[in-house]
Amino acid sequence: MKARVHVMLKNGVLDPQGEAVRHALGTLGFAGVNGVRQGKVIELDLAETDPEAARAQVARMCETLLANTVIESYTVEIA
Amino acid sequence: MHAAVITFPGSNCDRDLVTAFEKAGARVSRVWHKDTELPADVDVVGIPGGFSFGDYLRCGAIAANSPISRAVVAHAGRGGYVLGICNGFQVLTETRLLPGALMRNAGLKFICRTVELEVASTDSAFTASYGKGQRLRVPVAHHDGNYTVGADLLAQLRDEDRIAFTYATPINGSTGDIAGVLSENRRVLGMMPHPERAAEEAHGSTDGRQIFAGLLDALTAA
Repeated sequence: MKARVHVMLKNGVLDPQGEAVRHALGTLGFAGVNGVRQGKVIELDLAETDPEAARAQVARMCETLLANTVIESYTVEIA
Repeated sequence: MHAAVITFPGSNCDRDLVTAFEKAGARVSRVWHKDTELPADVDVVGIPGGFSFGDYLRCGAIAANSPISRAVVAHAGRGGYVLGICNGFQVLTETRLLPGALMRNAGLKFICRTVELEVASTDSAFTASYGKGQRLRVPVAHHDGNYTVGADLLAQLRDEDRIAFTYATPINGSTGDIAGVLSENRRVLGMMPHPERAAEEAHGSTDGRQIFAGLLDALTAA
């Protein structure tokens, strides 16, 4: 079973890297980019076959290691 | 005073930290990240600077979940002293022994130079021998030193006098210009600047030396 985790900085946390990307896009002539937020995608290949159990397992992984919930939020997709 | 200095794969300030503790009069044990226990009579644990586990995932995140880190959390829980410098500070926030998080510098550049710090709290073994507001010259060398806490937590840290050091002028976007913070029991200090690199005449500044000497004083008195 595959899982995909998106980790993003929480709303309200300034994202200096996203801001630098936005600036670079403007320099390249891409007008009208009002904001850029940069995050991470983590793909997991799991032995678990039950979707709900897999989701719960990945959520625990996010809380423990994959995300720093002080500054980051995460979403889990199971496929 | 018995100090333990931890080495993770990618630590690169561990020997400097050992030397700083030794020059302050400590007996030092070196501990490997796969060890599951600290030596029995350790008073203070030093978590050095560097790039533990290549800064993969987030700075300090993998080190914070390594076997020895569980022993460090237990040591802190028993009231033991912990000093985390630079990557060590990042590890301490990732273990949640210290609040907040260290994000990429606001200017996105790696900053490697000597900066001026201000001693914000003298209420800890690490900072007791400084004067409040005293200016120190200590080097920084980091890419992710932008200390981030919310407004509520910042107010709480100020109320509880837990901000040990601030940057005299802003360098990396840190909330409240915070360079170092203390735990609730004031025995865990995390700081981005490197006092072990400002501990001998040859370093060009000895302003960091008193952090180590202060620990010795506190532990000898106890």
